[in-house]
Amino acid sequence: MSGEHEQPGEHEQPGEREPPEPPEPGERPDAHGQCGEDRREPGPFRWLPNRPEGTRLHPITPWRRTWAPIAALAVFAVQDLNRAREWITQLTLGWVLLAMVVLLPFAAAYGFLSWWVTSYQVTDTELRIRSGLFFRRVAHIRLDRIQAVDVTRPLLARVAGVAKLKLDVVGTEAKDELAFLGEADAVALRAELLARAAGIAPEVAPSAGEAPERLLARVPTRMLTVALLLVGTGWSFVAATLLVPWGMWWFTGSPGAAIATGVPMLGGAWVSTLGRYLTEYDWKVAESPDGLRIDHGLLDREHATVPPGRVQAVRVLQPRLWRSRDWLRMELSVAGSDGKSVLLPVADRATAEEVLARVLPGVRLSEAVAGVQPVPGRARWAVPLWWRGYGLGVTGAVLVTRRGLLRREWILVPHAKVQSVRLKQGPWARRLRLADVYADHGANGSTKAGLRDVAEAHAVVSAQAERSRTGRRTAGPERWLT
Amino acid sequence: MPAAPEGPSGTPRLQDAPHHDRTDPADPGPARTDAGEHVADRTPDGSDYAWRGVERALLRMRRAVLLMILPTVLLPAAVLLGWLAGPYWALLVLLPLAPAAFGWYALARNWRSWRYAERADDLLISRGVMWRELTVVPYGRMQLVEVTSGPLERRYGLARLQLHTAAAATDAQIPGLVPAEAERLRDRLTELGEARSAGL
Repeated sequence: MSGEHEQPGEHEQPGEREPPEPPEPGERPDAHGQCGEDRREPGPFRWLPNRPEGTRLHPITPWRRTWAPIAALAVFAVQDLNRAREWITQLTLGWVLLAMVVLLPFAAAYGFLSWWVTSYQVTDTELRIRSGLFFRRVAHIRLDRIQAVDVTRPLLARVAGVAKLKLDVVGTEAKDELAFLGEADAVALRAELLARAAGIAPEVAPSAGEAPERLLARVPTRMLTVALLLVGTGWSFVAATLLVPWGMWWFTGSPGAAIATGVPMLGGAWVSTLGRYLTEYDWKVAESPDGLRIDHGLLDREHATVPPGRVQAVRVLQPRLWRSRDWLRMELSVAGSDGKSVLLPVADRATAEEVLARVLPGVRLSEAVAGVQPVPGRARWAVPLWWRGYGLGVTGAVLVTRRGLLRREWILVPHAKVQSVRLKQGPWARRLRLADVYADHGANGSTKAGLRDVAEAHAVVSAQAERSRTGRRTAGPERWLT
Repeated sequence: MPAAPEGPSGTPRLQDAPHHDRTDPADPGPARTDAGEHVADRTPDGSDYAWRGVERALLRMRRAVLLMILPTVLLPAAVLLGWLAGPYWALLVLLPLAPAAFGWYALARNWRSWRYAERADDLLISRGVMWRELTVVPYGRMQLVEVTSGPLERRYGLARLQLHTAAAATDAQIPGLVPAEAERLRDRLTELGEARSAGL
């Protein structure tokens, strides 16, 4: 549907409807030509549920839904590692065969019907996604509330030339992703959604096209390889995968136990080593008027666009073995997406500094990290050994907390994004005159500055409430081009 | 009730452990019987704000719940023990009475620890005796203000105010308000929230 968006509802064509369908706002012509023709399908398609207005997903979609139960075994193992791990632990061969025989026709019918009743529509202010076979559901996603737009192309989807498009908005669910769209359509739709969200006039938004981008950082393959080899978790998973199943076999004498423990561990080892390598391969961060663009992946290509002012928190990590090279990993939290997304899997400090300055305007990493104050020495009685890792710093724009002794972690929350501030104190901490300060931000998380001196903690809480209120005034508009 | 302890620069402080009437924890002192009591704290810019406690009915309600739970747990246990092991064993169920007595006392301490203050730009909620917590929510960040009142709370003439911000971690609620006060607070917070609105 590249460039051919028309506003449905602006031209009524009730005369074109067949009697069983209620008069609805006119449909839009569609690049695939699926929408217009199918809706008026006479005779054999009468028994199908009414088709909702809007544009249909790519016709390959029902196949993916049909095969979902079986694909768990074969396809997802290649395509979607995390899910494959969950499935494999649950399925046995008998169940899979049963599923093949019994579920396949049902799954096929369900896949087709759910594709039939799913459609989307772009209006001036919203993306509407209609779905649901039995329980009809219309998700109205407000474009000015977009927190991020993701276009994902899993390996098989790349072969088929399709892509998934997902909008991160607070409250959206997994089913609110548009899977699948033709690749060109997905890119055009993303450009249009971002243009509308940015506040470009509605008439020109469909043809505004992609905003130009400027490459900020690209992770060299060699750097990524070395960096991942220097991460302890991957090695410990590999070691455990090699040792534990043999140990189980030797101990219990049954290969079943070895397999039962080995398979999930193998999954874990895969995700934290090779899987991670495949995901983080060829990592690019670029900047455009629409915000940050993050592109990555070797087999599954993923793309995310994070509009300006959407970042709620940035987490900077440094595993112990990266310290001598001064490499950093950066993750960002955006409201509405599940958990944290990686911003840069590995970068030297200069690159990290530059990227951070783009992500959080006016924030300098070196300044933020240098401003971190350690906790008082008596904190050793609360958290032995690790107390040295804790720290809290405040700069003009962000609240910085530090944690960790071997693997160091800094969390930067812009003052403008702090939703509420809390102070907590348990009985032991009270004896030590210590307290924890929490700053809650909108990405379903909070950062904790542990073990502060109690007087300081009170001052921080009070001042932080003030800062987060005034910090907001300098924030840009939600529609970033207005 | 004594003035809430003040921070070095007039910052809100967590109150110190049972700060008055240690002799009789059940008696909260005359000042606390009325939720409208004001204890002035001074903010750095000189404007006043007042800590308010929650209704005494909340304590009565919680104690009533304690009293209701005790026999429903203890009586069947006593009957069972008496039937299986002998009547003297049934006396074992008296052991939990000591923690229950402590609970009676702890409820009073906990009730007294709940307080809130409306400052010019944010709402403070302080609570807890052993594990203390002070929550500061700027008015502009409130997404939703909710007043609820369950059947038991209605019986005691109470309502509960819950604040939601965009951060799920914000757990800001004030139990034990008179419905009129809860509604006044809700209206005021909504109004202030609109005036100072700031989203994510």
